[in-house]
Formats: sequence, C-alpha cells, structure tokens
Amino acid sequence: MRGRYIVALAVLTAGAFICPAAGSRPRLDSWAQNARGRYLVIVGDCAACHTTEWGEPFAGDKPVPTPFGTVYSANITPDEETGIGAWTDAEFLRAMRHGISADGSRLYPAFPYPWFTRVTREDLLAIRAYLDTLEPVHSVERENELAWPMSWRFLVSGWNLLYLDSGAFEPDPELTAEQNRGAYLVQGPGHCGACHTPKSWMGGPQRDQAYAGNALQNWFAAKLDGDETSGLGAWSEQDIVEYLRTGSNGFAFAGGLMQEVVEKSTSRMRQSDLEAIAAYLKTLPPGEDTGGDGDDTAVAAAEQFPEGHRVYVDNCIGCHGYEGEGLPDVFPPLDGRATVLSPNATSLIHAVLRGISEASTEARPTRIRMPGFAWKLSDEQVAAVVNYVRNAWGNHASTVDASAVAEIREATSAG
Amino acid sequence: MVKHRSADVVLVGFGQSASLLAQELTETGLEVLALERGGPRRTSEEFAIPWVQDELRFAIRNELFEQPHRTTVSFRHNARQRSLPMRHLGSFNPGTGVGGAAVHWNGQHWRFLPHDFELRSRTVEQYGAGFIPDDMTIQDWGVTYAELEPWYDKFDYICGVSGQAGNLRGEIQAGGNPFEGPRSRPYPLPPLKRDLLSTMFDRAAIEVGDHPFPGPASNTSKPYKNAYGVQMGACTYCGFCEWHGCGNYSKASPQTTILPVLLEKPNFACRTHAAVTRINLDSTGTRAVSVNYVDMQGEEHEQPGDLIIVSAYATHNVHLLLVSGIGRPYDPRSGKGVVGRNYAYQTVSSVDVFTHENLNPFMGAGALGQIVDDYNSGNFDHGRHGFIGGGYIASWTTGQRPIGQMVIPHDAPGWGSGWKRAAKENYLRGTSLATHGSSMAYRDAYLDLDPAYRDVYGNPLLRVTFDFHENDLKMSDFLTRQLTAIARAMKPRAYHANPVARHYSIVPYQTTHNTGGAIMGNDPETSVVNRYLQCWDVPNLFVVGASAFPQNAGYNPNGTVGALSLWAADAIRSRYLKSPGPLVQA
Amino acid sequence: MPNNRREFLKYSLLAGGAALSGCARPTLPDDSGDRLVGPPGYDVPAGHFFTAAERELVDAAVGRLIPADELGPGALEAGVREFIDRQLSGPYGRAERWYMSGPWHDGSEEQGYQMRYSPAELYRHCIPRVDAWCRDRYGGNFAELRAAQQDETLSALENGAIDLGVFDPRDFFRMLWQNAREGFLADPMYGGNQQFIGWKLIGFPGPRYNYARYITQYGKPYPLPTTGLLGRGGTSV
Repeated sequence: MRGRYIVALAVLTAGAFICPAAGSRPRLDSWAQNARGRYLVIVGDCAACHTTEWGEPFAGDKPVPTPFGTVYSANITPDEETGIGAWTDAEFLRAMRHGISADGSRLYPAFPYPWFTRVTREDLLAIRAYLDTLEPVHSVERENELAWPMSWRFLVSGWNLLYLDSGAFEPDPELTAEQNRGAYLVQGPGHCGACHTPKSWMGGPQRDQAYAGNALQNWFAAKLDGDETSGLGAWSEQDIVEYLRTGSNGFAFAGGLMQEVVEKSTSRMRQSDLEAIAAYLKTLPPGEDTGGDGDDTAVAAAEQFPEGHRVYVDNCIGCHGYEGEGLPDVFPPLDGRATVLSPNATSLIHAVLRGISEASTEARPTRIRMPGFAWKLSDEQVAAVVNYVRNAWGNHASTVDASAVAEIREATSAG
Repeated sequence: MVKHRSADVVLVGFGQSASLLAQELTETGLEVLALERGGPRRTSEEFAIPWVQDELRFAIRNELFEQPHRTTVSFRHNARQRSLPMRHLGSFNPGTGVGGAAVHWNGQHWRFLPHDFELRSRTVEQYGAGFIPDDMTIQDWGVTYAELEPWYDKFDYICGVSGQAGNLRGEIQAGGNPFEGPRSRPYPLPPLKRDLLSTMFDRAAIEVGDHPFPGPASNTSKPYKNAYGVQMGACTYCGFCEWHGCGNYSKASPQTTILPVLLEKPNFACRTHAAVTRINLDSTGTRAVSVNYVDMQGEEHEQPGDLIIVSAYATHNVHLLLVSGIGRPYDPRSGKGVVGRNYAYQTVSSVDVFTHENLNPFMGAGALGQIVDDYNSGNFDHGRHGFIGGGYIASWTTGQRPIGQMVIPHDAPGWGSGWKRAAKENYLRGTSLATHGSSMAYRDAYLDLDPAYRDVYGNPLLRVTFDFHENDLKMSDFLTRQLTAIARAMKPRAYHANPVARHYSIVPYQTTHNTGGAIMGNDPETSVVNRYLQCWDVPNLFVVGASAFPQNAGYNPNGTVGALSLWAADAIRSRYLKSPGPLVQA
Repeated sequence: MPNNRREFLKYSLLAGGAALSGCARPTLPDDSGDRLVGPPGYDVPAGHFFTAAERELVDAAVGRLIPADELGPGALEAGVREFIDRQLSGPYGRAERWYMSGPWHDGSEEQGYQMRYSPAELYRHCIPRVDAWCRDRYGGNFAELRAAQQDETLSALENGAIDLGVFDPRDFFRMLWQNAREGFLADPMYGGNQQFIGWKLIGFPGPRYNYARYITQYGKPYPLPTTGLLGRGGTSV
C-alpha cells in the first residue's frame, strides 16, 4: 500500500506541510527524464485517467465512467507486478495500437487505443521510455464494474472489428504540413474524438460524424466542426489557440470535462502544436445541421419565455449582464456562443444546476466558478432559463423541457 | 503537544499582510506556512452570489468577523476605571478566516501623505515643539513616503485600484487629489461610475471652495488582470461590499488578487483553524524558535520556523507579543517600555442629509464616493486651529443596508407610526456623509494584558485603555464644520450633524482601524520594530500590520498596510536572507 | 473537482494529532450546487421559543413599534414575531459568539453590554416582568391594553422607568426594537419581512446583483420588482 495516501498524509500529518498535489505543474516537470515522451504524455493527458486525486502519479485506479459501467484505469508506472514494468516494448505497442494487454486479454476501449493506434511507433516508444522513468508504485487490482455484455472482455474483439480502424496516421496530401501536424495530434495522441465524436449504442465512434459533438458524463463535448453557430466556424485559429492555451478566448471558457483537459494538457502544449491543431480544426467542414428546431418567427425571448426571463434577471445578470453580454475575459457572454447554442443543451443544464469552473492555467489562474442553482431553481425554472438564454439576444436553438433537467439533476446528484 | 517539522517561514494569521508576504517570499523558493485561526474562504463557495448579499447574516450577525467568545478585548477609558470585556462586536470588526478583514473591507484604498510619515519632525519644524501637547507621543515612522512609494504602487497594481491620480511624478493632475504624494504611475483603473450623491457632493464641495475627487477604490471599475496575473471582474454596484465577501471578483481581497496564484505553489501551505497562542524564544531570548497553536479540537501544536512573521490583525499582533513576553511592555506611569505603546484609533463624525432627489442609495460600492482632502494631515495651516492632524470628508455610497444604515431625521420619532413614516420618506432620499479623522498617540492610550479576563485559549485578554483627547475632538469638530458647509451647499430638505462623542464608546461601530502597540521607528527605546518591521529584540521575528503605525493618519489603513507588507517582504528578500540578523543596528 | 481538491489540500484542517497510520481520504466538500446551503438556522420552523404568553406580548409590542397604519401593514403582518422566535432559537439567541465569561460587573455606557444573560434569556426573564408591571398599573397584561397604554409602557421601558429587577429595561427595549427592525427589514427567508412588507415600505428592491446600468440614471426609480435571496416569493425556494 505504499504511496496510495501519501498526498493526503503529507497534508494531514504533523511532519510535512508541503503538499505536492498530484499532477501539479512543478512536480510533473520535476520528473523530466525523457522530454519527448513526457511531452506526449501531456498531449495525451494520460494523467487524467491514470492519476487519481489523492493517488501517486500514473498509478491508475481511477474510476472512469462509461455508459456501460465503471472501468478502473491501469497502473502505468514501471512496477513489475501491478504496473507495466515487466512489459516488453512490443507488448506496450500492441496495447496502444490494438488494445491488447500483455497477458493477451482485451482492454476496454475506455482506454482510447482506437486513437492511439494513429500515433507513430517512435512516439509510442518515447512514451514508454518516459513511463519507465517514473517511480514504480505497487497498487491493488480492482474489478471493473461493467454491465453485460461489456463485462465479457472477449466481446471487445467484436467491438474492435466494428470500430477499431488500426494503423498509424497518414498525412493528407491536400493539407499543409502544419495542418497535418494538427491532424496527427487531434486524431492520435490528443484523442479529441474520444469525447467530441458521437458514439454508437455500443460506444463506438461514429467516424462519419467526426467531431460533431457528443454527450458524456452529463456534459456535452462541443462540436469542433465548421458549424458557424454551434461549432468552431466563427472562431479564428487564434481564438482556438487562445482557448487551448489559457482556458478562454474571451468568449468561450473551458469548463466541465474540458477544464481538466486544458489545465493538465493543452495549456502545457507547445505554441506551435496548438497552432497546428487550430489550423487542422479549421479545415473541418460544417457537419450535418443538428442544431435548432426552434421557431423561426422572431418573437422577443422575454415574451416567449417570460418565466425564463424572470429567472434570468433575478439570478444571472450579476455576471452575465442584462443582455447576456457577460464581462470581457471574465464572465462568459451568452449571446451567440457555442456552449449556449449547442444542439445538445446538456452542458448548459449541467452548469446551471451544479455550477461550473473555468480552467486555471498559467495565463488565467483565477479559476472563476459559477455557482450551481440546483438548490434554488425547480426543473421547470432551469428549463425556462435555459430556453430563454438559448433564444434571447438573437440566439436561436432548440428548447428543453423539465424532464431533461430532471434527468441531469438525478444523474449529477451527489447523494 | 504535536510537534511539527520546521518551516522556513511561519506566518501568524493569513490575511492581507500575510498573503502578500507569502506570495513574495515563496518566490525565493522558501517553504512558507501560514497559520490561520479561522476557516478557508473562497469566492466561488463561501461568497457565492445566491447567499452573500445578506445583511442580517453578515452585517448584523457578523459571520465573517472575529468571534468574541473565542477572543476579545477588554476596555476602559483610563487607568482608574475597571476594564470590562467587549462582549459582542461594536466599535470595530476584526476579521477571522482566510483573507482576514481584507475580505469584508470596503476597498477604500488610500496612501498616507508624505507629511504623515514625518509627522513629529514636520510639526516641530512648522509650528515649534510647543505645539505638541505634553501627553501626545507622536513619532516619525522611520520610513518616508518616497521610500514606500514603489510598494504603494505595486499594491495598487495588485488590487486594481480605480481612481484618478492627482499628482503624477510631481505634476498636479486635474480631477485628482491635488494634495496627495507624487505617484509614479496613474491608478491602474479609471474611477468608478459616479452616482447621484457623488455629483451633488462634488458640486457643493466645489461651491464652498474645496477640491473634490473620486475616492480611490479597490472595487474594479473594469475587468482587470493584476500584477500577479490574477483576473478580476468589474464592480456591479450591488451595494454589498462593506462587511460582506465579494461574489463577483471585483473587490480586492487576498482571494481575488493573490490566492489563485499563491495556492498553486508547492512551497506554500496554510493551516486553517490554527489559533496561535504563543511565540517561543530560545534560552537567550533573542531568537524565535517556534509558535504554539491550538487546532479545532483543542489540541496544542508546536510549529518551528526559521523566520517567524506575526501578520495578524493589529491588536492580535500586540497581544501575541505580550503573552509571549517579547519586548518590554509599555508602562504608562514611567512612559518606558514599548509593547502596547501608542495605541490609536480613528476619529469620525457624520452629517445626515435628506435630499429632494431619489438617491437610489442601495446602488453602491464600498469605496464609491467623492472626497475632499483639503483638511487632512499637512494640507492646511494648523497654526490658527491649535490641533494636530486632520482627515478626509466623503460622500461614500456603500449600499445603505436597510437594517443598519437607514438614516431618518433626528427629530423623527424613534419608533411607531412616526418612525414608519420617516423611514418611508427618507430611505431613498436620505444618506450620511462622513468625516474620517486622524487619531494621535498619547501617553495614556495603550494596550496591555487584562488582569481579570481570559480568552478561550487561557490567555489574558488584551486590555485597551483609550479615550478621545482634546486635540482629536477639536480636529474632528473642525472637520464636521467643513462637512456641514458642504451639506448645506447641497441644498437638501434637511441636514443634521452628528459630531464625535466626547468620550470614546466601544458600542457603536466607528472603524476597524485599530493601530499601534507594536510601532515602527528608528529608536528601540520608543519602538518595537525597526523601519523594516523587524523586531529589535528578536531579529528573526517580524511584526507586520497596522500595529506598526506610530499614530493613525486620517485615512483608512489598508493601502499602507499593503505597502508596508511589501516593503518588509522586500527587505527580507533582498537583505535579511543574505545575512540573517538585525537589518538596523540599535 | 480538482478545483476543490487543490484548495482543500492547501487549507488542511488538522484533525487532532499526528495520525500517520490508518488515515483515510479526507472527506471532500461536495461540489454540487446542493451544498450552497443558507446561513445556519434560517429555515428553523417558528413556534419553538416563545410560550403562548410571550407570543402575545411580542406580537402586541412589535405591532406598536411598527404598527399597521395608513401607510400599510406593520411588523405583526410582516411576521416579525416569527422572525424573533427563530432568532432566539438559534445561535444569536444563545449568544453563541458573545464573550459570556465572568467576572460580571456593571460598566459605563461606553463599555457596552455587561449582562450575563443571552438575548433569549433576556426575553424570557423580562417579558413576565413587563406583564406584571402592566397588570399592576393598568390591570391587564401588555397584550390586553389599549394602544395608547401599550405605547406608554414601551416608552417607560425605553426610558428605564419600569423596574425589571436585575435587568436594565433600556437594554431590553433596545434589543426588542433592534430585533423588530431586523425582522421587518431582513430577507424574508428568516421569517420576517413577509411579502417584502418592510422593503416595499422603504423602497429597497432586495438583493439585486447588478446596478451598473442604473446607477447613472439619476433620480429614476429602479424598475425591477422586489426580490429576496430565495426569489420573488420571498420564502419559497
């Protein structure tokens, strides 16, 4: 049990007062042994799944919720027994590319090997080399908590037949070198599609709808395609870079699941790579129009949604302003922004109910947080205010009803 | 007793001074530990907008303030009187918890004037030594405005102060305070929006020949990114600055200006609910080795440190020195000794005005208002007035909380239908203008330990022996007359002056500006700490805060507390760490 | 909830001694919107502190301190007695944050409150004495008197003219009047100021969060309706 509670103990015990919060910037840097591998581990945000809040870095055992149950992440420190210290490079490559563990068993695709298969051999081995420099941590094994049929590991091979498109990244001759670098980062180590691409009923990526946005863990990972209102169509490359580097570009803020991605991964990536990602994302065409079954007739939102207007004025204007204008670079505006206008209002509802924190980065350390209103507003009131902001100030998006709010309230309830 | 591993720097208290010191000293790589008697407080949690704008909870029931059942002071007017404990808060509201009183302050962010730092020598120079009453023990600070200016400037840019400079590098600027000391830079943000009362006051003040300007406000007039890279919002004039935490990141506090970067540092930590009860010296009595503190469960801990910085509220700094036996306690009979000497406060008065216009006084900010500084410090000739000191005159529009701040005409009935009518007719059309005067130091105004009453930790209470003196009453009455002239020129329906009481009372709220008791100076016979706030007797102990003010100026103290903290931090960084020992030879 | 974790790490609450072994994960604060609960005791149901006799006196007294009249309803209609009842049932009534250790001595006015009684105890001890004084003088309990007699009694209290034994009548009057104003003008979630009777009387709109666009509209009435921390209903969440 060495290590598991070290962080907590460092805080709680008499002896030590310096608390190396897992994943905090200086500590991660101090492990620098292999710069390339370390960097790729940041790009891949491996710590997001393989480091728990209180645990030793990369010792795994973090519960990863999936639609089929909970998968516990693996210990990827070089511990011989419980980590991957005994693995050969070939076994490591096979796991990363085909989702097969050293013992031959199938890994669940919560581990994003369908994306890591795009990573070059050279980069994969750099990651391995870096992981080998970590302090080995002996951990306990834990059973996953999956519902049938996903509890049958062998079935994963069938899943792979359907959804795993193996093979390293191949540059697109139509794209520039920079755009191809971005495509590699997005499709490979960055595994953006793991969250942002819609999933089939079996949890497989629907590659024909790549980056069209996807609901998970009661959030909606936004559309990254060229859609003007709900995608990145209205963002400049500079806007995208700014967002990934700092957590905000003045009108969109990284919150929800993206908070951690920005804090642990993109804010620490090289400027040239962020520019490459932006260049590639801007090549994506607008996807299928999934947004807005709203009424086309221009009715003032305050008249159309009087209850929503009332709730808005009483609760939201302190930060977001009377006209949803927000406060530049501090509080997000709500007029014409992707999160608000997303075809899927899950993130907006979630934020109203439970609050939302922006990412804290070197550039924007404050971590401004919106308080939740679950304690105060009924499902009807939340739906009303969501519908109001989605249709006020020139916004135009589909409406939600109280039952959608009730579902998210239930799913996100702490009790 | 739980004994802890030693830290490089131990900070006692984690408010304004401590967070500045921690931010600056962690930059050198030192491991810094802050011990805070209260709890953690975060903008996004404890000050979240749905709950924070609650007058009863915060302003009336004092949720963010010191809790007298744990520790309080006892009070008497003079040495002949029996001191009795302050059983609930009244005259002042020290903070507790992370951020200290800088969480619930208004944001009235002042620099003291050059004159203030050299008060004694300038008074003697201008008016002769005989002008200073025999029992008045005012001193020069040992540091000058010019020396502190870079730190005032830095603190301005940490807090995002909104205002209009009146003196930029010696050039007088239109619209600012023409009397202020020279600033090296303009304010980081323009002044707040001007409300109706401010415009009325401004016009009237000009009419009577004064020089009004917008009050310097640690309430942001625009979104701001501060000197540490921390983002702040913009004030929405919600009217709940004073005595409340700010829910939208627009009032400067450690939470909104420092902690987002400080808390990320691996070489910083804070223990909350850690009430420091003693500083332990080594056998020579010249080196501080550790502090004792009591946790939530009543368990006692010992925390060693190489450098110990007492950075709690002013009265607590003095209390801790006294209970730890550090420095010679002041003896009012002989006038010898230093710890507890030169306790001072603030001398305030007001004029209620009842206007014809609807003022919408509930819209406001903690430091929104116009100021007249013509009668402060050395800004006018004292010769014909016969007193030392002065103060500013203000039309603060802080939000006029209904329970505590409604003003009704003094001849209206105190309750019943008459009161009700007066409340209805005057809440929107009545307000109170303020004078904010200095408080000189006197031989018989001091702090020591109470012989009869003890706090929850078993230490004797701090005993405050204090009353107003003739000089300060004269000064305040002079200010009240100046303010009354402005009030009259506003042509209100009615106005009524509330001069300062002849005797200090601990009951009605006045200001949380208790100063002195561990004052700074150039002579160990008359000061506890040297000009760098380093304890003369114990060089690895610094005592930072308004406890260092030799007497109190006519301004709110926090701007100077911040500047002194940064000045001390710089002395520690640039000099003490290179050669730990006395920075000034006695 | 990495945001909370990090701050929690920094603000470590030391739990007793050096618990080096067997230390479980610290309990993290719940990050959901549900944990933003109100101030302690705000939702305490009324009717817990006052006896029937006390209720009658307090109702009658606050009804005279802030009466219903041609300007509209007063403290009684605003629920001020219920407010005071809840306050006295809670930490304020118990003087939980006050310094309540002896020795006890009378002091000067300027030294402030020096009685050994909490607000709840003050009410409990003083109310029957006031009623006794009323019976003695007018032949009935305070609540049974005519309005003018009640006003005379309150004035006598205010001026220290009623003998309440060890209790200073002026202290009791000050507390009653302070609590009555609190109940009339505090947020309705505390039980008083129902239907915003107090705030509407004076023109306070309640906790609105943003006046940036109104503060320069000199002299104009603020247009939005009154609201409370719990909403425009005042008491309903």
